Amino acid sequence: MLNYMDRKHKKSNPLALTRKILALIFFFGITLLFLDFTGALHAWLGWMAKIQFLPAVLALNLGVVLFLILLTLIFGRVYCSIICPLGVMQDLISHASSSRKGKKYRFGYSPERKWLRYGFLVLFIIALIAGIGPLAALLAPYSSFGRIVSNLFAPLYCWGNNLFAMIAERLNSYAFYETEVWLKSLPTFIVAVLSFVLIFVLAWRGGRSYCNTVCPVGTILGFISRFSLLKIRIDSGKCTSCKLCAKGCKASCIDINKHKIDYSRCVACMDCLGNCQHGAISYSLRKKAKAAAEKKDKAPDKSRRAFLGVSAAALASTTLRAQKKVDGGLAAIEDKIVPERNCPIVPAGAQSLKHLAQHCTACQLCVSACPNGVLRPSGKLERLMQPEASYEKGYCRPECTRCSEVCPTGAISRIGREEKSSIQIGHAVWVKENCLPLTEGVKCGNCARHCPVGAIRMVKADPAIDDSPRIPAVDTERCIGCGACENLCPARPLSAIYVEGHERHRFI
Amino acid sequence: MEKKNIDRRQFLKCLGAGALAGTAVLGCKSESGTRTANATEGKMTYRTNPSTGDKVSLLGYGCMRWPLMASPEGNGEIIDQEGVNSLVDYALAHGVNYFDTAPPYCRGLSEKATGIALKRHPRDSYFIATKMSNQSFLGKGFSPKQMYDASVEMYRNSFVNLQTDYIDYYLLHIIGIGEGLPSLMERFVDSGLIDFLLEERRLGHIRNLGFSYHGDVKAFDYLLSRHDEIHWDFVQIQMNYVDWKHASGINHNAEYLYKELADRDIPVVVMEPLLGGRLAGLAEHLNLRLKEQRPEDSIAAWAFRFAGSFPKVLTVLSGMTYLEHLQDNLRTFSPLEPCSEEEFALLEDTALMMLQYPSVPCTACQYCMPCPYGIDIPGIFAHYNKCLNEGQITASSQDENYRKARRAFLIGYNRSIPGLRQANHCIACGQCVPHCPQNIKIPQQLQRIDHYVEQLKLSSGQ
Repeated sequence: MLNYMDRKHKKSNPLALTRKILALIFFFGITLLFLDFTGALHAWLGWMAKIQFLPAVLALNLGVVLFLILLTLIFGRVYCSIICPLGVMQDLISHASSSRKGKKYRFGYSPERKWLRYGFLVLFIIALIAGIGPLAALLAPYSSFGRIVSNLFAPLYCWGNNLFAMIAERLNSYAFYETEVWLKSLPTFIVAVLSFVLIFVLAWRGGRSYCNTVCPVGTILGFISRFSLLKIRIDSGKCTSCKLCAKGCKASCIDINKHKIDYSRCVACMDCLGNCQHGAISYSLRKKAKAAAEKKDKAPDKSRRAFLGVSAAALASTTLRAQKKVDGGLAAIEDKIVPERNCPIVPAGAQSLKHLAQHCTACQLCVSACPNGVLRPSGKLERLMQPEASYEKGYCRPECTRCSEVCPTGAISRIGREEKSSIQIGHAVWVKENCLPLTEGVKCGNCARHCPVGAIRMVKADPAIDDSPRIPAVDTERCIGCGACENLCPARPLSAIYVEGHERHRFI
Repeated sequence: MEKKNIDRRQFLKCLGAGALAGTAVLGCKSESGTRTANATEGKMTYRTNPSTGDKVSLLGYGCMRWPLMASPEGNGEIIDQEGVNSLVDYALAHGVNYFDTAPPYCRGLSEKATGIALKRHPRDSYFIATKMSNQSFLGKGFSPKQMYDASVEMYRNSFVNLQTDYIDYYLLHIIGIGEGLPSLMERFVDSGLIDFLLEERRLGHIRNLGFSYHGDVKAFDYLLSRHDEIHWDFVQIQMNYVDWKHASGINHNAEYLYKELADRDIPVVVMEPLLGGRLAGLAEHLNLRLKEQRPEDSIAAWAFRFAGSFPKVLTVLSGMTYLEHLQDNLRTFSPLEPCSEEEFALLEDTALMMLQYPSVPCTACQYCMPCPYGIDIPGIFAHYNKCLNEGQITASSQDENYRKARRAFLIGYNRSIPGLRQANHCIACGQCVPHCPQNIKIPQQLQRIDHYVEQLKLSSGQ
């Protein structure tokens, strides 16, 4: 490997530059993955989500996990510097902070905050094993990033798109189409805002303190990176102890007094290579480096804040959307409200509530990919932020399998189009009190007309009378719970037919 | 939608010509400086009503589609009165003198708005037409007396709304609708309203008495059979180059209707000369054929010239929402150049070719609205017809432009119709059906379109 001992200037080092370019590619790729509501990019960029550490672990994707371990064993924590979008986001924030006058060298060595670090890791592992998905999702870096992008940035992206769509409409072009921006879950939105504020403040002030104190993936990779083949190494013979490297180290892991680096926290960003005026720092193989003991000091980390526990109070999920203008010539249409479901509906491919809860990192990729307004993050404490379905805005259309295509963790396993129509994710339940033929005496049958599997038949409400009103009869053996009936039912605000989820999905 | 295209084109034309002549406001007038064929400064063509000697402009103003604006209270839309005033002023200034309204038009606001606009001009400078729209009382179990009282109240109300003490042209509205002849009898004969109206005509409150006809031809024949006794001063029929020989549904061919009226020397007022705007823009290849013949004429002008070419036609009604419509029509009618034999043949051929497309014969009259379940019925039909005209309806996913057409149809559908007002929310209750003067089987047509949309969606990603 190259040795950059001779560098004299603190210009961007080629290795640092390479790292930055790769990091930006991953960062924008994954961000676009969350922003793109058309689904066109997933074919190209979907793999970027699938090589994220935690999703790969949850998906039992051994190949990827081994690859990431191997990558770390060779290069150190480049995963954190390049592949992890939350890490790159912090770098960007930190970079903005550094570009303030006199703030470029604002860091300094701070010892590892061991108890916090391992405390979070233990908590995380317990949460995963115990199946407390929401807690794990709060700590997982990829989930945090997904939540932040899909809740805070996707609306901006969609509004921008809608502006283009408006212009396109005027030009009679179909290049852009409008998409609805709505608040899918208030608790998730609040969590996203809090995570973003917290991470922003930490990154603005302390660079990578989140990664090295809170992030469980960072801690796990930190175990491995201690033994990596290539490392940042300090030649104490050349070092003048100017501390420029430590002052520029966003991981605060260079202890220049002892000429030691805490490799469990170094994310191999390569910035110090360029910062060193004396060519004392190299990124090199073990044998080329000076022998140095690898013992580490333990002292409090400089990151001052503990991770804010997010209020668990689950607020009722509300939708925030502009009141539609109603033309005088058009009857007003009342908004539908979410029916009380005994069992939540989770998308086909999730297999069961339990499977989803155990594998989902609540990254929101499926929620942002759902083109029918069906998926939204749950507001229930035990499944907080994990996806669930409801049919006020649309229904789970037979041709769409997008959530199963994008899920990186296997929480929603990949299903085909034909398969989808044979998975019962729930069953329709008729609510007599709301059914229009009985309440308003009109002919209807819209549920039966639109059932994609023909599970609804209209039958006489009173068999003795020939022209009795017709009411729907659901064949629960055929019903797949797609919600077409619920969505297209004219009864408002509560439909006269709604779907109860199945705890365990069935195949017909 | 098609109309919008025309608007834009006309508007740009105006703008361009206006800029050329260096005038900013009402630049179209200056267009005459650059053109000779269709100058608006030409003289409006007038026809004489044989019974009263009225000189009626061949272009009549239909007051069913006045411009709307958001109401200040934020609850829906109201008529843009200033817009109406300026349209009426412009029309009168350019020779239009026949204004046709009715109590239910523009959600019941048309008569009043028309009255306000016309009141600002001398009463003898225009003719007012309005109607007895008592079809809305059908099926309510009214006794003949109740039908009579409610209808007379409606009649008196029109005088108040229009701020006048006489009505130039009064019509029995939409004869032939509902159950046809029995409905006609219930509305006007059994209730004794015909006698009331004849008396009003004798007293001079009504200067001309006539009827407008859609649907069941028995009702039309019945009223004409009583012509010798009643003496109809005029009759209003739906007439255009499609309906001439190829009327849809239970509507009767205009060729027959016109001939029956002409034989009796009854002046004909033409409604739906554009088939609700559908003849303002045809399928691309049909448009091109007409453009090749008369490159400076709009497509709509052909339909107006068709209707105006018949000598017994007193006036051709056009519901002009925009100034550009009015200006284009003024060019067509000032003066009207009748169609030649070759042109009639071309239009007949155009009609025949249009029949190959399964478009929905909706004229956007809004009689079916509001749908109690919020469906935008005319909007859905307009989008479907527009896509049909633009060749965006494809039967097979094997067609080469299938993907493009699918995208255009689905995106355009969501743009023009909010999701909750789309065809899949139609529950087929059928409440709209009796209101449709074109006798469109609305639920079936909506289901057909919904089925098509479903096919498009299901084929996505294939």
